[in-house]
Amino acid sequence: MEPLRPSDHHDTEAPEPRSTTIAQPRLDAVGWLRFFWRQLTSMRTALLLLLLLAVAAIPGSLVPQRSADPNGVVQYERNNPELFAVLDTLQVFDTYSSVWFSSIYLLLFVSLIGCVIPRTQHHWRALRAAPPATPARLNRLVGYTERHAAGEVAAALEAGERVLRRQGFRVARYGDSISAERGYLRETGNLVFHFALLGVLLTVGVAGGFGYNGQRVIVQGQSFTNQLTSFDSFSPGRFFDETRLDPFSIRLDDFVPVYDLDTTTGFPIALDFTASVTVVENGVERTEDIKVNEPIDIAGTTTYLLGNGFAPWITVYDSEGTAIFSQPVPFLPQDSNLTSLGVVKVPDGLDEQLGMIGFFYPSAVPLESGALTSVFPQPDQPVLTLNAFVGDLKLNEGVPRSVYSLKTDELTQITGGDTGVESLVLGLGDAVELPDGLGSVEFTSLPRFVSLEVHHDPTQVGVLISVVLAFLGLLTSLFVPRRRLWIAAETTGDGVRLQYAGLARGDDPRLERAVAELADSHEATLRDASSERTVASTQLSASRS
Amino acid sequence: MENMVALSLVAVYSAMGVYTISFILFTFDLAKRSAAEPTSAAVVEVTSARQAGGISTAVRATTTADSPPTGATRYQRAAFALALLGWVLHVGATVLRGVAAGRVPWVNMFEFGLTATAIGMGVFLVAQVWKDLRFLGAYITGMTVLALGIVTVNFYVDVIPLPPALQSVWLVIHVFVASLATGFFAIGAGLSIMQLLSARRAAHKAEGLRFLDTLPGATTLESLAYRVNVVGFVFWTFTLIAGAIWAERAWGRYWGWDTKEVWTFIIWTLFAAYIHARATRGWRGERSAWLAIVGFSAVIFNYTIVNLFFTGLHSYSGLL
Repeated sequence: MEPLRPSDHHDTEAPEPRSTTIAQPRLDAVGWLRFFWRQLTSMRTALLLLLLLAVAAIPGSLVPQRSADPNGVVQYERNNPELFAVLDTLQVFDTYSSVWFSSIYLLLFVSLIGCVIPRTQHHWRALRAAPPATPARLNRLVGYTERHAAGEVAAALEAGERVLRRQGFRVARYGDSISAERGYLRETGNLVFHFALLGVLLTVGVAGGFGYNGQRVIVQGQSFTNQLTSFDSFSPGRFFDETRLDPFSIRLDDFVPVYDLDTTTGFPIALDFTASVTVVENGVERTEDIKVNEPIDIAGTTTYLLGNGFAPWITVYDSEGTAIFSQPVPFLPQDSNLTSLGVVKVPDGLDEQLGMIGFFYPSAVPLESGALTSVFPQPDQPVLTLNAFVGDLKLNEGVPRSVYSLKTDELTQITGGDTGVESLVLGLGDAVELPDGLGSVEFTSLPRFVSLEVHHDPTQVGVLISVVLAFLGLLTSLFVPRRRLWIAAETTGDGVRLQYAGLARGDDPRLERAVAELADSHEATLRDASSERTVASTQLSASRS
Repeated sequence: MENMVALSLVAVYSAMGVYTISFILFTFDLAKRSAAEPTSAAVVEVTSARQAGGISTAVRATTTADSPPTGATRYQRAAFALALLGWVLHVGATVLRGVAAGRVPWVNMFEFGLTATAIGMGVFLVAQVWKDLRFLGAYITGMTVLALGIVTVNFYVDVIPLPPALQSVWLVIHVFVASLATGFFAIGAGLSIMQLLSARRAAHKAEGLRFLDTLPGATTLESLAYRVNVVGFVFWTFTLIAGAIWAERAWGRYWGWDTKEVWTFIIWTLFAAYIHARATRGWRGERSAWLAIVGFSAVIFNYTIVNLFFTGLHSYSGLL
C-alpha cells in the first residue's frame, strides 16, 4: 500500500499509459527485489492473501484434524485408506500447521509489516506536523459552503479557530484561511490493530513453546502428581522442560453427576457435573470443586474437567481364592447412557495370562435379542459383562500398549463368542468362576473416574492483551472520522465572506454535514460576538449621554 | 411452563403469518415502483432541494442518480406496519420461550434461529430511524419467514435444561452478539445485492427491475452496505474474542480449530478482505459487494451446514 495514504483511502484509477510502446526501465537484482517487495506489500496482495487464507482454512473443517480429533483421523484412515494417503501427503490432516497454510499467513504478516512500518513513520510525522496549506479553490471540495458575516477578517478567523479547536481539530493559519484536521486516532487505531495482530502471532509462536498440557484419568480415592510420568498423555511445547512442572497433587474425593430424563425422547439430560478434589500444593491441603465451565487454577496451571465415567473395581482370585488382582478399571463411555467399554489385563498370578474385554451398563435392561443395553447414566442396575481370553498378553516386549485395548488375535477365548461358554455377567458384588478352574472374578465395588486436563498456557495473557488492543484499534479505525476542514475569509463591502469546505481522509459519510455544521456554529459564534459588541457600544453611548 | 411453550409456538406461527402478508405487500410496493414513472421522483427531489437551499447558502449540487428514495407508497407503509406487528409477536414468542425455559432462548438451533431472526428483524426496523431502508423489506421479511419456517418445522426441539458445557455467562454474551452480527450482515448483504442490481441496471444489462430507479444509486447503496457491514464486523470480532475466552474456560484452550471456530475465522477473514477491498484499486464497487454477499452466505453456511453435517465441539443443534 502507498504509505502516504490512510488505510481506507479510495485509490484513484491508475492513469492510462500514454503509449503502449513505453520503454520499461531495466531492473537489476536490487530493482527486482524492490519490485517484489512492493508487490508483496501492496494492498491488492494483502487482499488476495486474506482471501487465500479463508479458502485454505476450509479443508481443515472438512476432514478431522490430528490436533483436535486424533481418533477421527484414525477412523478416516481405516475408512478411506487410499484417499487418506493422498490427503496426508498434502498435510490436510494438519491443515493449520501445514506448510501451505503457514506460508499463506506468514506471507500475509510479512505483507502487513511491510505495509504498517512505513505507515507508522508517516503517521508519526503527521502527528507532529501542522495541517497542510489551504487549497486554492475550496469550491471544488466536499460540502463547499459560503456565508457572510459582519465584522473583520481577523476576528472571524479567530472565532473560527475557537470553534474548530472546540471540535477537537488541530488548527493552522495560512494567510486569511484556517486549515484544520482531526481524527488522527483513526490511523493510530488502524496501526494498533495491525500491530496487535502481529502481537497475537508472536505470542503464540514464542510463548506457546513453553506451554504444555496433559490428560490424566483419576479414579475416586486416587490421586495424581503433576509430573511427566503420571500423565496418560502429554503434549509439551517446543521449549518445554520437565523441571518446569510445578509439584502439586490432586485427589478425586467424589464425583457427582446430576441427570434428568427427557420424557419425550427418552434420552438423559446432563444437568451438572461436579468433581470434588483435594489439592496439595507446597504441603498445604485444600478442597476444591471442578465443573465443566469452572476449571481450577493451581500454581500457574489450569485444571479442567474433561470427561467422566465408571471404573468398576474388579478383583481376580486364583484357584486357591487368593486375590491376585484388585483394582478399579476405568471403562470408556460409548454413549450418553454410559454404556462403557473396558479391558482388564491380569499378567501375573494365574497359570496363564488373563485378558478380559467387556461392557459395563450402569442401568442394564435386556433387549429382545438378549443383549443388554443401558437406559440411564446413573448406576441403577449396574451390570458388567466380560469375555475372557488366555495367552501371551505381550506386555513384556517393551512396546507401549494402550490399557484400553486388547489384541485378541493370538489369544484363546475362553468365555463368550463361539466358545460355547456363556460370557461372564456380574452384578455389583457378584463373583463368577472362570472356566477350567482358572480362578474367579468379582465385581467388588463401583467407583467413578474423571478425566482431567492440566494445562499450562503462557500465551493467554499476551494474546488477551493483544486482542483487546486489536478490538479497540478496530473500533477507532472504523468509527473515528478523519477529515480536514478549511475556512477561508475575505473582506467584502459590508463584512466578511466566508468559505468552508472539507476533505475526507478515509471513509467519512458525514463529511458534508460536518462542513455545514461548522459553518452554522461559526456563524452563530460570530453573530453572538457582533450582538455583544452592539450591546456594548449601545451601553457605552448610553453612559455618555 | 407447557402452556408458555405452546403459546410461544402460537406466537411464532402468527408472526410468520403477519410477516408473510408484509412480504407480499413489500413486493407489491416494489412492483408499483417499477410501474410508476421514475421522473416524478426526480422532480420531487429537485423541489425539495430548492426549498432547503437558502438564498445566502449555496449547496453543492448532488447528483440525482444518488438521490435518496422517495416517500413511501401506501403498500410500503402497510407492509412496514405489519412487519412491526409481526416483530412484536416474534419477540413475544422469543421471550415466552426464554421464560418457559428459565434461561436465554438461544441454546439449540431452533431457539438460535428464532432469536437471531428476531434480532435481524429488529436491526432492520430500528435502522429506519437512521436511514430509510424500507426497500429492503421484501428481502428481510422473505428471509425471516423462510428461516422461521425451516427452524420451526425442521429444527424444533422441546425445552430442555442447559447442559453443563453451556452453563456460562458467555452463552448470553457470545451468542447474543453473534446474532447481532448476523442481523447486520444480513442487511449489509441485502444492500450489496441491491447495489449489484442497481449497477447492472445502470449499465443497461438489466432492462427489468425498474423499481431500482426509485432507490438510492449504486454508490450510495455501497456506502450504506459498508457502514452496516463494518458494524457487523465489529460484532463478529467481538463474538470471536468472547468465544475464545469461553472456549478457554470450557474446553481448556482458547483456540483449537474446531469446525465452528474455523468457519468463524473464515467469515472474519472474508469481511476483513471486504474492508480492505474497499480501499483497493479495482476492488471497490462490484467486487467488494460480492465479497460481502459471500461473507453473509458463509454466515448462513456456518449456522446450517456446519451445525448439521460437520462434527465438532459446537454440537448444540439439539437434533440427533
